[in-house]
Amino acid sequence: MAFKGTIEIDTQKCKGCAVCIENCPAKCIRLSKSVNSKGYRYAELANDGCVGCASCATVCPDSVITVYRVKI
Amino acid sequence: MENLDIKRPENIVYRKPALLTDNIMHYCPGCSHGTVHKLIAEVIEEMGIQDQTVGISPVGCSVFAYNYIDIDWQEAAHGRAPALATATKRLCPEKYVFTYQGDGDLASIGTAEIIHACSRGENIVVIFINNGIYGMTGGQMAPTTLLGMKTSTTPYGRDPKLNGFPLKITEMLAALDGTAYITRQSVHTAAAARKAKNAIRKGFEYSAKNIGLSFIEIVSTCNSGWKLSPVEANKWMEEHMFAKYPVGDIKDVLK
Ligand SMILES: Cc1ncc(C[n+]2csc(CCOP(=O)(O)OP(=O)(O)O)c2C)c(N)n1
Ligand code: SF4
Ligand code: SF4
Ligand code: SF4
Ligand SMILES: [Mg+2]
Repeated sequence: MAFKGTIEIDTQKCKGCAVCIENCPAKCIRLSKSVNSKGYRYAELANDGCVGCASCATVCPDSVITVYRVKI
Repeated sequence: MENLDIKRPENIVYRKPALLTDNIMHYCPGCSHGTVHKLIAEVIEEMGIQDQTVGISPVGCSVFAYNYIDIDWQEAAHGRAPALATATKRLCPEKYVFTYQGDGDLASIGTAEIIHACSRGENIVVIFINNGIYGMTGGQMAPTTLLGMKTSTTPYGRDPKLNGFPLKITEMLAALDGTAYITRQSVHTAAAARKAKNAIRKGFEYSAKNIGLSFIEIVSTCNSGWKLSPVEANKWMEEHMFAKYPVGDIKDVLK
């Protein structure tokens, strides 16, 4: 069974720590070029390889990631 | 498939636990404290014990833990969380009572408190955040600081002749008859965080069995104090902290 997923990031609360990027097995998160109102570059999806595994959200210290997943 | 099709409430597989408040955490980017707070919130939420749980927050960076997890809290003087937890649990034995303490708080100024709470076998949970440093006050050496590790008070690295040796307090506490469950975990990867969450849950469940104190050390990072990026700090922890503080269960009286 295969899954397709996506994530939603609360970019205003993201602190750009990059711990989620390091933990994404699909390598589909990157830091933005622009900054949020606190001056942090924030996490954003880099491609459509997300499988909805929730690794990124599990390790996010600020709990700003919501994960969606569907079977395909 | 378009992402828009996936982003529906019924497809959510992970979201911030409802028990975490919407307050923006004051922690530095990438700090382990935030991840551990989240795991505790998830455990309390999944056990359905929000209105039966009392947390005792420490002095240290996590002094404001009460702003983030929506339960009842008390704030202890530095190192004295186990004393407050003892009183709370004895007065309200039906409550789940836990302390949340850093290594400066628990293994330095509060050493006597934790040893005697363990020795008395108080039916509480202790979450011990070992980041090897005094984070809040500017990165001074803690009892848990590794040999050779640079801190603001050991600028040339911790020298055992001058500064003594790292204190493995968790192993010491396992030797006490009043402790029921003692484990060391980490939260730097998703797999590690899931294991840490299971350990926290076990601690809460054991505390309701009245079989003694459950102690969960989380080997953590203080990337600001260590002067590394969050990702580098996690790698440094794996390479150096785990050698002195290996993860895994140390004691379980029900096994
Ligand atoms: C009685 C007393 N002594 C000293 C201090 C100063 N102080 C505040 S936090 C702290 C240590 C914090 O380190 P730790 O417990 O490891 O927490 P961290 O910030 O690393 O999470 C110290 C010594 C204090 N607040 N009260
Ligand atoms: S782990 Fe969380 S706070 Fe850190 S960069 Fe990723 S989304 Fe942002
Ligand atoms: S859910 Fe998994 S695959 Fe998707 S972005 Fe997060 S870590 Fe990567
Ligand atoms: S100083 Fe260290 S322990 Fe304190 S919030 Fe920053 S990274 Fe975390
Ligand atoms: Mg500390």
